[in-house]
Amino acid sequence: MEFVIEMLNIRKEFGNFVANDNITLQLKKGEIHALLGENGAGKSTLMNVLFGLYQPEQGEIRVKGNPVHISNPNIANELGIGMVHQHFMLVDKFTVTENIILGKEITSGGRINLKQAEKEVRDISERYGLAVDPQAKISDITVGMQQRVEILKTLYRGAEILIFDEPTAVLTPQEIKELIQIMKTLIKEGKSIILITHKLKEIMEVADRCTVIRKGKGIGTVNVSETNPNELASLMVGREVDFKTEKSPADPKQDVLDIKDLVVKDSRGVTVVNGLNLSVRAGEIVGIAGIDGNGQSEFIEAITGLRKAEKGSVMLNGKELFGLSSRKITESGIGHIPQDRHKHGLVLNYPIGENMVLQTYYKRPFSKNGILNFKEIYNKARTLIKEFDVRTPSEYVLARALSGGNQQKAIIGREVDRNPDLLIAAQPTRGLDVGAIEFIHKRLIEQRDNGKAVLLVSFELDEIINVSDRIAVIYEGQIVAVVDPKETTEQELGLLMAGSNRKEAGEGTHV
Amino acid sequence: MSKRLVNILTPIFAVILGIIFGTIIMLVSGYNPIEAFIALGQGAFGDVYQIGEVVRQVTPYILAGLAVAFAFRVGLFNIGVEGQFIVGWLAAVWVGVTFDLPAIIHLPLAILAAMIAGGLWAFVPGLLKARFRVHEVIVTIMMNYIALHTVNYIVNTKMNQGSSKTAKIHETASLRSEWLSDFTTGSSIHWGIIIAIICCFIMWFLLEKTTRGYELRAVGFNQDAAHYAGMNVNKNIILSMVISGCFAGIAGAMEGLGTFGYMAVQGGFTGVGFNGIAVALLGGNTALGVFFAALLFGILKIGALSMPLAGVPKELVDIIIALIVFFVASSYIIRIVLERFSKKEVK
Repeated sequence: MEFVIEMLNIRKEFGNFVANDNITLQLKKGEIHALLGENGAGKSTLMNVLFGLYQPEQGEIRVKGNPVHISNPNIANELGIGMVHQHFMLVDKFTVTENIILGKEITSGGRINLKQAEKEVRDISERYGLAVDPQAKISDITVGMQQRVEILKTLYRGAEILIFDEPTAVLTPQEIKELIQIMKTLIKEGKSIILITHKLKEIMEVADRCTVIRKGKGIGTVNVSETNPNELASLMVGREVDFKTEKSPADPKQDVLDIKDLVVKDSRGVTVVNGLNLSVRAGEIVGIAGIDGNGQSEFIEAITGLRKAEKGSVMLNGKELFGLSSRKITESGIGHIPQDRHKHGLVLNYPIGENMVLQTYYKRPFSKNGILNFKEIYNKARTLIKEFDVRTPSEYVLARALSGGNQQKAIIGREVDRNPDLLIAAQPTRGLDVGAIEFIHKRLIEQRDNGKAVLLVSFELDEIINVSDRIAVIYEGQIVAVVDPKETTEQELGLLMAGSNRKEAGEGTHV
Repeated sequence: MSKRLVNILTPIFAVILGIIFGTIIMLVSGYNPIEAFIALGQGAFGDVYQIGEVVRQVTPYILAGLAVAFAFRVGLFNIGVEGQFIVGWLAAVWVGVTFDLPAIIHLPLAILAAMIAGGLWAFVPGLLKARFRVHEVIVTIMMNYIALHTVNYIVNTKMNQGSSKTAKIHETASLRSEWLSDFTTGSSIHWGIIIAIICCFIMWFLLEKTTRGYELRAVGFNQDAAHYAGMNVNKNIILSMVISGCFAGIAGAMEGLGTFGYMAVQGGFTGVGFNGIAVALLGGNTALGVFFAALLFGILKIGALSMPLAGVPKELVDIIIALIVFFVASSYIIRIVLERFSKKEVK
């Protein structure tokens, strides 16, 4: 079998740090080859070497058997290597076509021939089953569509080998299905794909072979048909991993959170939470399942005081929280693991230690007579960093310098440590690897077992079903159904999330 | 190379580059740079008189620099230091001429009045920013003009004691001292430098050590996270503008109670507030950095007065200052060079 790409014994160092240590990856023509590893294992470094952004210290790269020297991304492009970035590189105010041709414009007499370009874009998109509207503006289309534009960009430039960097991280379950279909079509059309991911399910579903790297070292390449998720996970993490989160049955007590007829508008003034009712009891985890954009973010922001609600009632332990400031709400016993850890969860330019007292800095012993007591602050930080296994060179390092997983562990440590009656976790495992996800789920269940209420919002159905004791489905700003995770299926949830009512969805599962 | 070292080296390189380019400009325009710099050095350090003048010039620069830097640390760009400086000056002089009090009360009262005036002048843009998200740059620029013309009007019509000047402040409100003046053979040095140094310490302590400073810096870095943490973002925005204005007001008091002892109708902006922006930028918005940057600017400004003796126009120093500011502003060029340099060392 012919290899289209061979990366042999690649070694890449940054100062004293070895990011890639003797890694070999061989991509066959027409295969989907997964590159699996934890956050920080060196996947992106390896791909950046292939894409010409980094120069390896050792090793050889061959394209179709010929040794090549890829000193910059343009050479990678010429060799037919295209990258679909995790964070899209698109100009919001340009149309789909304008974005695709950017840098490779078809011109006639100094003017861009948009008609011709649109036709070419349409041809490519039809050939590969990538339905897009060439004239739509990027800012008007969904994230899934934007990703298709990224893929089209590489195809337009004649890519034969496509690298997908964590492509499903930002997609809804439906969009993920479509993406997988697209990848299969691409293979049929003779392309080869490297898929960077840490989601085992996707690898099992779509990949032919899988190369695993751990802490910068190549662990090996396996045929996906001969392996299973458990084996892949232990190869990646280096130990056995629990998938089904172990938990005892819930023992719910009194209502902790009771929300009635909550109405919230988004920043544009559109009503996105429209008369929402929900209660969460002590000793249970309630999961909110829903497709992104059905009011989840605004709902959480409203009950945590980050956004003003229009009307309704939010009772915590019988006390009305509606209209209170975020400080008052925090003090009345709500912990909040925010959806966007960079935007809300951390002051990235503060040392990680100082981030550990973000809501308690003004209280004793951290502050006395208006003066901060850094000794106490850093003592607290050290305790939490140890207890929650936050990997950082020291507590004085800026939060910015930590990896996503460790930032998230720090936030969770801080929130859990305040021992809130209600812990709200919005997308707590987004973008994290198996090991970190396992850790976070255990912590959430631990809170529940300590008799606290937990409200979990996630777009990952697996997570919702695994962790929750009850599942509330949100659709267009209302809770449309509350189901028992033991008695539901992904399919039923998917239909409920898409707006079918309970009865139809229930019938759907029986067919 | 550590980040801290790069942060310290960047402004130093900017100064060196500014001087090199200034030298080139002098050569191109036919002046003798060596003579010019000797004259500049003589003009700044030649004898105790010049040193006294430098200290006097540095004082308002420190305070104006602190004003800009403080707001900047909370994420606000206070271009209105000039206006806050002018109203502070007038308020200090007004207290100085109006009241008859013992010095121990009179002087602090005059400084306090300047602080309040500057603080109030900055409160307006702070409030508009916090309540209506009006950009502080636009409001503070307008407030500068309002300050200039209002103060000129008051000096001209209400406090005019002839030749468009107010009366001299009473001795009890003055920062001048005969002893200091005699010691520096008659320079206009005054005790204000002590106040400026205390203010440096206050800014450092307030931002780095207090609970309030933790909030202010958090708002400066990330308003969303500050809101999440339960901080009142709007209150902190207003507060930071007011504190910034207080520093600017005290800078005005330095001129009113120290350098001049009166207020005159101003033909245009004094430039102290705008130099404060350059000082803050060069000083990296830290208290200690502002102190050294103000010192450099004071030396250049006073030294420049002697440059015409070497046949070099003193405006060349303004060009050098402009070049330094330019190099600091484009500091990423210097950073890249420094980082390249340190990479090669590793290899």
